Amino acid sequence: MSERTGEHRHAITLTVNGVLREAAVPARRLLSDCLRHDLGLTGTHVGCEHGVCGACTVLLDGEPVRSCLTFAVTVDGHEITTVEGLAERGELSPVQRAFSECHGLQCGFCTPGFLCTVTAFLRDNRTPTDEEVLEAVSGNLCRCTGYQNIIKAVHRAAEIQAEESG
Amino acid sequence: MKPPPFDYHRPAGLGEALQALAEAGSHGKVLAGGQSLIPLLNMRLAAPGHLVDINGLTELATISADASGVRVGALARHAAVERDGSARAVQPLLAQALALVAHPVIRNRGTVVGSLVHADPSAEMPAVLALLGGSVRLARLGGERDVHARDFFVGPLESACLPGEMAVSAFFPALPERSGTAFCEVARRHGDYAVAGVAAAVTLDEDFRIIAARVACVSVGPVPVVVDVTGVCGQRPPASVDWDEVARAVQDRIEPEGDIHATAGYRRHLTGVLVTRALRGAAQDAARSGANDAGEGRA
Repeated sequence: MSERTGEHRHAITLTVNGVLREAAVPARRLLSDCLRHDLGLTGTHVGCEHGVCGACTVLLDGEPVRSCLTFAVTVDGHEITTVEGLAERGELSPVQRAFSECHGLQCGFCTPGFLCTVTAFLRDNRTPTDEEVLEAVSGNLCRCTGYQNIIKAVHRAAEIQAEESG
Repeated sequence: MKPPPFDYHRPAGLGEALQALAEAGSHGKVLAGGQSLIPLLNMRLAAPGHLVDINGLTELATISADASGVRVGALARHAAVERDGSARAVQPLLAQALALVAHPVIRNRGTVVGSLVHADPSAEMPAVLALLGGSVRLARLGGERDVHARDFFVGPLESACLPGEMAVSAFFPALPERSGTAFCEVARRHGDYAVAGVAAAVTLDEDFRIIAARVACVSVGPVPVVVDVTGVCGQRPPASVDWDEVARAVQDRIEPEGDIHATAGYRRHLTGVLVTRALRGAAQDAARSGANDAGEGRA
């Protein structure tokens, strides 16, 4: 769109999933669009584009944030992890495996956001209570309404994590 | 929807930021966490010509607490303030209220000072500042001023921050000893804006009778509505206060409006219920804090 509007482009460098990536973006480019359109990482999904649904959640310097409420130019020089970066050495991460095992996804649209949110949550809280899990995923909407299995998957992921670290 | 185009400024220091804001005048806007501003841009409800991005000004990411209160810098994120042990110790209402601000992921990015400047009458942070009688420090090229909470919130989404000014910090005063606080709200979904909400602060005397009590109500007026209910509570222990009378006194002072989420009458009812709940919670909190102080005194 900026090609047509002739907007000024800013050169930015992001470390995405451990890889240094460069892009030239107009200031108004949302991080979600930068990841998807400029960098070709379409794993990050865009739902509501005003911060309500959580589908676009990515990790910014390790902390989950809404990529649709962040300008790419603002995070120049920072580290981003998207759903594409969660698997380790070609193997699904504990959280990804748990979602698969517990049928924690139906259509899959909301899943990248849930996976990023839960990955950071279980890193900070390895043995969460039911209530803490509910609070942690309360900012992510699943329109298939598969919340029961998502909650199960979070607990299962905590188990897998504990098994593997123990 | 995508944000409209704007000129982007990324100042290297506060002086440069104030310069950019001075030049932009009424077309300028500060970008901090962006969790309220970017939705407005995405929905094309706002179209500032210039955005001054302060995310690089890490010197504004400060939280400092001493006996007088907690000062929060413009780039301190909600999550950082919520987790800050000294801020929690000096003014527990901050963490109590922050747990109700949107969702954890939003709090990772949003800032406390940004919430204040956004001045949403349904938001928790303005109510906290109003209840505590805090202030916001506004800087402009060549000067700064402190604005008391009662003058800072002007109307819905309208604060006293003028074009060319930037809120650089906010101060949340501590409460006297034997004080307690609580924040209670009802929202349609966890993390949503409250249909009604009440922040409360109570101070007890040495015999654990109420000597100060006030509430700040959200979502029931153009700005947070602060009501001092010390007189209605009387100088009585919390167990002998007529809470229904206190609730009615607050209900008489609010002007809720109806919308698709709740009628005005329902908001008034909820506010009454929450006033009682929050004040009783704050009184219990005050009694605990008084008992702890006494315990420490003996030890």
